[in-house]
Amino acid sequence: MRKVLIGVASAAILAMAASGAQAKTLVFCSEGSPEGFNAAFYTAGTTFDASSQPVFNRLAEFKRGTTETEPGLAESWDISEDGKTYTFHLRKGVKFHSNDKFTPTRDFNADDVIWSFERQWKDDHPYHAVSGGSYEYFDAMSMPDLLESIEKVDDYTVVFHLTRPEAPMIADLSMDFASIQSAEYADVLMKAGTPEVIDQEPIGTGPFVFKGYQKDAQIRFEAFDDYWNGRAPLDRLVFVITPDASVRYAKLKAGECHVMPYPNPADIEAMKTDPEVNLMSQEGLNVGYLAYNTEKPPFDNPKVRKALNMAIDKNSIIDAVFQGAGRVAKNPIPPTMWSYNNDVVDDPYDPEAAKKMLEEAGVTNLKTNVWAMPVQRPYNPNARRMAEIIQANWKAVGVEAEIVSYEWGEYLKRTKDGEHDTALLGWTGDNGDPDNFLAVLLGCDAIGSANRARWCNKPFDELIQKAKVVSDVAQRTALYKEAQVVFKDQAPWATIAHSVWFQPIRPEVKNFKIDPLGKHLFYGVDLEE
Amino acid sequence: MISFVLRRALLVIPAFIGVTLLTFALVHLIPGDPVLMLAGERGISVERHAELMTQLGLDQPLWLQYATYLGNAIQGNLGKSIVTHRPVTEEFLTLFPATLELSFCAITFAILLGIPAGVLAAVKRGTILDHGVMVVSLTGYSMPIFWWGLLLIMLVSGILGWTPVSGRMDPTIWMDSVTGFMLIDSLLTKEPGAFSSAIRHLILPSLVVGTIPLAVIARMTRSAMLEVLGEDYVRTARAKGVSPLKVVMVHALRNALIPVITVIGLQTGVLLAGAILTETIFAWPGVGKWLVESIGRRDYPAVQGGILLIATVVILVNLLVDVLYGVVNPRIRYRR
Repeated sequence: MRKVLIGVASAAILAMAASGAQAKTLVFCSEGSPEGFNAAFYTAGTTFDASSQPVFNRLAEFKRGTTETEPGLAESWDISEDGKTYTFHLRKGVKFHSNDKFTPTRDFNADDVIWSFERQWKDDHPYHAVSGGSYEYFDAMSMPDLLESIEKVDDYTVVFHLTRPEAPMIADLSMDFASIQSAEYADVLMKAGTPEVIDQEPIGTGPFVFKGYQKDAQIRFEAFDDYWNGRAPLDRLVFVITPDASVRYAKLKAGECHVMPYPNPADIEAMKTDPEVNLMSQEGLNVGYLAYNTEKPPFDNPKVRKALNMAIDKNSIIDAVFQGAGRVAKNPIPPTMWSYNNDVVDDPYDPEAAKKMLEEAGVTNLKTNVWAMPVQRPYNPNARRMAEIIQANWKAVGVEAEIVSYEWGEYLKRTKDGEHDTALLGWTGDNGDPDNFLAVLLGCDAIGSANRARWCNKPFDELIQKAKVVSDVAQRTALYKEAQVVFKDQAPWATIAHSVWFQPIRPEVKNFKIDPLGKHLFYGVDLEE
Repeated sequence: MISFVLRRALLVIPAFIGVTLLTFALVHLIPGDPVLMLAGERGISVERHAELMTQLGLDQPLWLQYATYLGNAIQGNLGKSIVTHRPVTEEFLTLFPATLELSFCAITFAILLGIPAGVLAAVKRGTILDHGVMVVSLTGYSMPIFWWGLLLIMLVSGILGWTPVSGRMDPTIWMDSVTGFMLIDSLLTKEPGAFSSAIRHLILPSLVVGTIPLAVIARMTRSAMLEVLGEDYVRTARAKGVSPLKVVMVHALRNALIPVITVIGLQTGVLLAGAILTETIFAWPGVGKWLVESIGRRDYPAVQGGILLIATVVILVNLLVDVLYGVVNPRIRYRR
């Protein structure tokens, strides 16, 4: 009897140990807490990493590691001749997750698509005002003006009617805000009188099931066994929220986490030779620039802008501000983006010529300002330092510049209102489409919002407007290439740099790919025993 | 005693009103607003901005906003966070146990080490031991906390591998939060190794957070002891042939404890407000880090509510300290 008991006990212990050892758990030391678990409300990558990416899918998805789109919850789509009607053929047999409040009774269908968009779009939708009801990206991508109607043809066919042709539409629908929620879950919660739970305990169709969030400490996910694209190789995914970059590195070295975002630039050198770290890198989908306020003289003169560009020594900025983790920018879009025009020649660094050009333009003893952002951003890790270099560079050609800085919210507001002469800022791409840089940052419509140069150039604007309405990629590429030539010639910005992303992971992490859109994706990633 | 406590409790009311007024004013004096912060570089149209400000009630005159806030606060409603859309009180209560647990461990560590060190330094006045204690405590007091924290992480966790780098629990141990106190929750769960993991995670942060209180307590104990040791009654006790240990521990220490308790109370109050830097370095999910992030996001309800709740806790601790005086020193008890 005693032997039997011992046998049973040891078998139980072995089984427990085995199940523990077999559960493949990947720990991601994330940099901050998500603002919430519904990506539609927010614009921060930290939030997307923890919500829309693991838990949800979209009609179309970005192919892992690229900015190209591929079918997601829509198996295929047709675009009408005039570019204003998109017909999506939905995937069949896609399952939703379940939790203690909800067990789905049906597969994903057209109702879920319509629910997800109408919640953000229609003021009278029962869920529109739930959880604050401000849909940042839906508005920022001009969806309210763009959408005319969304129509359900049958359970697996949905048609989007647009008010105008919009070539980046598929890329827009691959963005996090367009994640598809379960309409059935929403109904259950509404009946239970707790609609806001939908934004706190998410149910999606994605590769990982949300298992719980301990505020500011930990987020837990488990692989979804019924995932339509095949179960994830990992069993469990844990986000351990670790705000300090040096501590993240210490944890990675100690094996307490497998992947960490945003290393300290100062740690990069050590990481390169560290046997515990596999340091991956890729150029980020971003641009850091100095915008001239083209409405204020003498910056309304392209020759002056060009001269000032030629006075800036971008290479020393790359060394001093990016500590090598950057690349000189010559175009307003990054080199990893399609339609990047490599034939454009950058303004050379030539203080002598710059001085001469300024004299020719009749500009002497110019007193101006350089606005420097108060925050650190991937496209500009130290704006103050950058401003100081520009200030010194300009001084050498006889231009006195004062450095101005405000608190971040105030900075954004004042530059939007055009109070600056020249201002440092930047952009990180949302959807990998050149329209998302060129139209958003430099279009005539964007003056008073993201167009900090307040630059409206007819030939440039015609090109980008035309590229919005043709859906042929080759044709669009040609238009954007030409637009970049116009941009360089007119010089509304000094294009400074594209940053390089460093991604430290542990050597046992396999198949991790850097996402050019800056997110951290774990579907497809594996751990070697 | 009871009337004393009641009198003290009544004094709390003007203190509360002062706190609400001050935080409200400070929060609204910071430039920028939550809507702009949420929109970031992407920007937001003027109309949409106005619409959202109306939705949040931020377009009303300031006095009206304050009156609404105060009215709600009196009814126990501190509003919802602008960012997470969750009730502020709920957010605070999820995070406060972490801060409380860390503060408790830190202050215990500081008392257990600080008082004996101070007593020893006083008794062995002028010796190497005395100088040693004073130099170490001065160093502890002046050290930048984030630097000290990182140094310990590098040495103890990195090189020696004795403790985990940060966090409160091994991420492979999945257990539900029942009380929010890891030490208790880990005992309630069936997960093997949870309790020892919780202890191991507490060691470094407690040491770092406890460093300044330790230094202050040691120095205060030493000076209070020195004063008391020179009193007539100590000399009398010695003359009567009371053992040196008893003279120090019973006659001297008990009288020297009053200022030490004051200091412990003040230090506890500081710790409960959240050790912001330590919480950031050790990824400790407490109230300090949360408040700082809320300020960055201009999350007005979270900042106002959070500060009010912390002020409540600090006031309660002070009340407790006053009561403790009476327990330790009968003279205070009888006088009242």
